[in-house]
Amino acid sequence: MSTFEALAGNEAVATAMRQINPDLVAAYPITPQTSTVQKFADFVSDGLVDTEFVCVESEHSAMSACVGASAAGARVMTATAANGLALMWEIVYIAASNRCPIVMSLVNRALSGPINIHCDHSDVMGMRDAGWIILFSESGQEAYDNLIQAVRIAEHPDVLLPVAVCQDGFITSHGMERVEVYDDPDVKAFVGQFKPQWSLLDLENPKTYGPLDFYDYYYEHKRQQVDAMEHAQGVIMEVAKEFNAKFGRDYGLFESYRVEDADVAVVAANSTAGTAKVVVDQLRGDGLKVGLLKPRLFRPFPAKELADALGHLKAVAVMDRSISFGAMENAGPLFLELAAALALHGVQMPMADYVYGLGGRDILPGEIESVYRDMLHAAETGQVEQMVTYLSVRE
Amino acid sequence: MSGTGWKDIPIGGMILEAGNAVEYLTGGWRAFRPVRGEADCTHCFQCWLFCPDSSILVDTENEKMIGFDLDHCKGCGICASVCPVNSRVIRKAGEELAKDDARLCIRIVEEGKFQE
Repeated sequence: MSTFEALAGNEAVATAMRQINPDLVAAYPITPQTSTVQKFADFVSDGLVDTEFVCVESEHSAMSACVGASAAGARVMTATAANGLALMWEIVYIAASNRCPIVMSLVNRALSGPINIHCDHSDVMGMRDAGWIILFSESGQEAYDNLIQAVRIAEHPDVLLPVAVCQDGFITSHGMERVEVYDDPDVKAFVGQFKPQWSLLDLENPKTYGPLDFYDYYYEHKRQQVDAMEHAQGVIMEVAKEFNAKFGRDYGLFESYRVEDADVAVVAANSTAGTAKVVVDQLRGDGLKVGLLKPRLFRPFPAKELADALGHLKAVAVMDRSISFGAMENAGPLFLELAAALALHGVQMPMADYVYGLGGRDILPGEIESVYRDMLHAAETGQVEQMVTYLSVRE
Repeated sequence: MSGTGWKDIPIGGMILEAGNAVEYLTGGWRAFRPVRGEADCTHCFQCWLFCPDSSILVDTENEKMIGFDLDHCKGCGICASVCPVNSRVIRKAGEELAKDDARLCIRIVEEGKFQE
């Protein structure tokens, strides 16, 4: 049995953390993540978890404490956003390099400046190459579900990489929704016990984490991280399959919403996918063959599977909630990577990028509809009018 | 480059055996070499105490300093700078002894100029 609760996305994440009952949580408050850790701190104070909760003086220290505890063999979690993630930076890479299966709730927010506390994806896009597995969540429910799965993914012996679970700042983190909360014993049984293979607290077998690693072995250790990423996709699907069977969900590498028989599709991550589904249904009502592809797994990037899912379309638009400044056409990172994936897998079609919603600017159904209309036009003419559009920016 | 492949080494740069620094020969990094000079060593073990690479060889049974482990010594010269005998070597008023002066107890000699 499960219960349905009215929870904000951050509360849903905190609830997952309570059920997972990690050995250690180290975090520093930053908007819009704060209410996750605040709620979890309540659970600690109320004795509902056994977690060692470390109040640190900065995010750099938070991630450092996580790395230390993870090396010691603990199941470790943290939560942050934007500038907090940026302050963790150095240790974000070290967590992945030291193969620490830390799970992070990342509440996506614009990375300064000028300073802004609202949603966009510039924070997570900065950690693309850090060696973390990255999952997107459309809703609080998905953030909750992904967090539970993230523990299993991170700790899998073939993976042993940290995982960041994203949701949109304020839009879902503070938006209250109906969340299905599974029974505590079911979640606990699903995540199981962490059995670290190399614990620093195993005093019988002393070992060293994070030694100096020069030109003679560093490269081999980077190659191992590639190997872990290569294993990750299979493990993510394995864990999703088990999760879906147990909790009645339908998680995969991405969600294809009415894409199968569509002429054109939009690719959009996190909460905007929810809005786009409404637009898809409206346009389908008008007889237009449109679909939505919502990425769930961003790292590792499932290039071939995306090419397979989109290959039959006549045009595709990517909606990017961040800009890769100075990259090709000053496009967004999701577009750039998807364009490369399609090209490398022999898929050719008109493609366009729509940057939107920076710094929390609303994205409305009418704007998404305009993207679909542009793509339907591109499908007819065989070319896009403009490769990169900054949607709804004031001229 | 020779060495073990990525499939056969511990992940993440982990070192799974204790006390393995002995296997990593750092002597090749050395630009300067410690050499015993003419002054009589008092076997005070200051050099042994301060050496950051445990590269002072001692005969524990007879309590003697007997030389340098040149497989691991990086040539930092701390042994010579902490040597109390070095500072007692008789010199002319105002004379500064070169680090490789033959009269010292522990001399520091440029590797390129070292001769057996």
